[in-house]
Amino acid sequence: MSGTELARRLDTVGEIRGRSLWVDARNRLMRNKAAVTSAVILAVMTLLVIFGPFLSPYAYDFADWGKISSPPSLSDGHLFGTDTVGRDLFVRTLYGGRISLLVGVVSTIVSLLIGITYGATAGYFGGRVDNIMMRVVDILYAMPFMFFVILLMVLFGRNIVLIFVAIGAITWLDMARIVRGQTLSLKRKEFIEAAEAIGVPTRRIIFRHVVPNLLGIVMVYITLTIPHVILVESFLSFLGLGVQEPLTSWGALVNEGAQEMETATWMLIFPALFLAATLFSFNFIGDGLRDALDPKDR
Amino acid sequence: MRNTKRKLLEVAHLDVDFDTPEGMVPAVAGMSFELSKGETLGIVGESGSGKSQTVLAIMGLLAANGRAAGSVRFAGGEILNLPVGRMNRIRGEKIAMIFQDPMTSLNPYLTVATQMTEVLVRHKNMSMQDARKRSIELLDAVHIPAARERIDMYPHEFSGGMRQRVMIAMALSCSPKLLIADEPTTALDVTVQAQILSLLGEVRREFGTSIILITHDLGVIAGVCDRVMVMYAGRVMEYGSVDDIFYRSVHPYTRGLLRSVPRLDMTGADRLPTIDGNPPNLLALPKGCPFVTRCQRRFGRCESELPELREIDHGRGKACHLETMQ
Amino acid sequence: MSDSLLNVDGLEVHFDVRQPGIFAGSRPLKAVDGVSFVLNTGETLGIVGESGCGKSTLARAILRLVPMTAGKVVLLGSDLAALNKDELRQARRDFQIIFQDPLASLDPRMTVGQIISEPLTTHFGKLSKDEVTRRVKAMMQKVGLLPNQINRYPHEYSGGQCQRIGIARALVLEPKLVVCDEPVSALDVSIQAQIINLLKDLQDEMDLSLIFIAHDLSVVRHISDKVLVMYMGRAVETASGDTLYTNPRHPYTRALIAVVPIPDPAEERAKDRTLLRGELPSPMNLPSGCRFRTRCPYAIERCATEEPQLRDVGASRVACHRAEEI
Repeated sequence: MSGTELARRLDTVGEIRGRSLWVDARNRLMRNKAAVTSAVILAVMTLLVIFGPFLSPYAYDFADWGKISSPPSLSDGHLFGTDTVGRDLFVRTLYGGRISLLVGVVSTIVSLLIGITYGATAGYFGGRVDNIMMRVVDILYAMPFMFFVILLMVLFGRNIVLIFVAIGAITWLDMARIVRGQTLSLKRKEFIEAAEAIGVPTRRIIFRHVVPNLLGIVMVYITLTIPHVILVESFLSFLGLGVQEPLTSWGALVNEGAQEMETATWMLIFPALFLAATLFSFNFIGDGLRDALDPKDR
Repeated sequence: MRNTKRKLLEVAHLDVDFDTPEGMVPAVAGMSFELSKGETLGIVGESGSGKSQTVLAIMGLLAANGRAAGSVRFAGGEILNLPVGRMNRIRGEKIAMIFQDPMTSLNPYLTVATQMTEVLVRHKNMSMQDARKRSIELLDAVHIPAARERIDMYPHEFSGGMRQRVMIAMALSCSPKLLIADEPTTALDVTVQAQILSLLGEVRREFGTSIILITHDLGVIAGVCDRVMVMYAGRVMEYGSVDDIFYRSVHPYTRGLLRSVPRLDMTGADRLPTIDGNPPNLLALPKGCPFVTRCQRRFGRCESELPELREIDHGRGKACHLETMQ
Repeated sequence: MSDSLLNVDGLEVHFDVRQPGIFAGSRPLKAVDGVSFVLNTGETLGIVGESGCGKSTLARAILRLVPMTAGKVVLLGSDLAALNKDELRQARRDFQIIFQDPLASLDPRMTVGQIISEPLTTHFGKLSKDEVTRRVKAMMQKVGLLPNQINRYPHEYSGGQCQRIGIARALVLEPKLVVCDEPVSALDVSIQAQIINLLKDLQDEMDLSLIFIAHDLSVVRHISDKVLVMYMGRAVETASGDTLYTNPRHPYTRALIAVVPIPDPAEERAKDRTLLRGELPSPMNLPSGCRFRTRCPYAIERCATEEPQLRDVGASRVACHRAEEI
């Protein structure tokens, strides 16, 4: 080891590791049983939807004409039964889960990126800039987005990427408003003033000081947005405008199942259970996060 | 040794602990003191000293994770950990409390009239009209100008000093025997502080109310109190008359504190004598005396043995192993 | 120009306050209404006043954190208002600020090392990481923090230690002027002395000029060479600390000195307890002529018609028509 290297190492010896606020929050979250259970459920759910289909001998689009609308049974391998065309419901539920979760996550990421940048900028600059930017948001809010999404679907076909983008485009408005509100209250904090006094450039203040302190509430909001997005997609499926057959989502499956509710109850129950469990889990995690990131400590 | 006249408040071996995720926090330990009728007792201490928690325990206002043990006798009867219903009859009527920030202790959604009459109607069974009349009298007594019109206003329409007066008026409405004031002037400008302290002095003289005044400001203590108790890390370090504490202190903490405060009538000497170190961490108190890590006069015994609070003279006591302060 | 580091002339800061109602325009709130002073190298100017006097706004206007409505600020020979954005950013190396709330002034998501190094990385981006760390650790040592704590977070420190971090951050660029906005008000009494001593030591070591803002006259007197007393946006008296205390000329200064509590029971008992009448007027509705006349025991007719200007009376500068007589 060279002399300077040794000196540098000695210099860092004995440096105490700090306990960041995130670590504190994580510890608090771990103590919340509902949140931990929900996280476990979601983790299991994710693993299931990715790897589960390999457990079944059936493909998601294989129509078993001999077994139309048959109830769940272990003997023939149709764990959740089949639908009206004879397709295995177990595999379809899991495939549906892939789509639903994917839509949830990707759309949320889209809305995150747009929403944070827009909201933080509007909030930080304030005044006229903020006014104009927020009026734009107000106008967009007033537009019947469902109408536009439906129009897009009709015009360009039911492209799954289009669904992601369209849904993301609706939900960024909420995120922008939340982020702007938080930014406004953060702006008055003294450490922001300190950064200005040092001469830190504005863009750096926003991304280095404002945004990391927003992440707490953003995270909580994400756990509310994802279920919301999944439900929006479900609604589109209800209208028959969701993903193209034979691809499916939980919403589409629930739609089909609702139509056969009296004769083939299993077609409704399984996808509905999965959907409900996922939504509950996200909500409990959101609650837990909000408590763990209690503003009292910030 | 004991005064034949019965003491208004007798606190013996009061312990207050808080159950937190990080462990049990001993906010107050082994607290004992007495208060006579008409006396003003000052409790002085810094953050973590336990001064606020002491009175909150007396008033039965501890947070949900707090436990109080020991004895608190008020006018002869035990009041510590009384059931809520019975404590409510004492609070407001026999013992009243005012807090530091009058904005948060007054309900911003209710007019002053509503809040003041509530106290009277509840405790004295007055009719609304009588309660209103009495409230206006009280507001006059605390020198709120145009009380008759102001009583229907909301708290945010008053200035900080005036809100504190309203608090005092509310506290006095049932003529309590004991008034507890927790940092009542800390958030106020110094000229307004003087007005409020003067008002408290008037209250004392005219109604004979006993007062417990909690503050970190030694100047305020010097001007208002008869007796003083100095707290550190949840324990009483020293108590005595105000002259005893300021001129003849026998505890290194009190001495250190008195010397480190800049006084307006002293010229700016180059350096202020300081107490080294940082405020105590209640989760990790040293084994012996809690002040040992910062004390200039410490010796062997101080680190291993907790000094008990003992009376060294009538109404005078300390918790320190030192025999003298020489 | 001689030794003068900072020359403030007729500084005004007005805020437009919208009036209620759709068609009412806005009225100006004159937070700072014409303040002038000169600060020399190595000197400490104390600015004292109560809430609403404008002292914090004045400090922020000098540092260009809040826009000036009128007046001139000349620091080290350059007119700060004439600088463009980049020049101003460069100029910030020479003037820094320390805040009142030690914890709130530090970004809770950054480590101490990152907080103190931010000025360095902002202005001297070319410095190597090792060099930055070296300077940060050196600064930490200078303010009394252990360098091996460089990766800890603000919430793991006590209030006094957080203030040391704030001081380190302000001084790491070796500025010429440091504005201290109530730097010890939020700290425990025993820690206040430590921080005051630290500031004085650093001032001597680094040849700093300080503007020390506080509401506590005792602290201001201790640390300042010159003191400026503000009331409702204007300077009412300025003199050396000793002169101000021994021979206060303005009625407001006298009132302030009279009510500051002194930790000495005998002194407090001997005090003349005449108090200032009334409350601070609303800054939107200032009295005509002298702003202080509504509370002044010496007001005469002239006070209502003519606003007094700062003028030399003895060793002080006073804004009062009757300064010589009273």
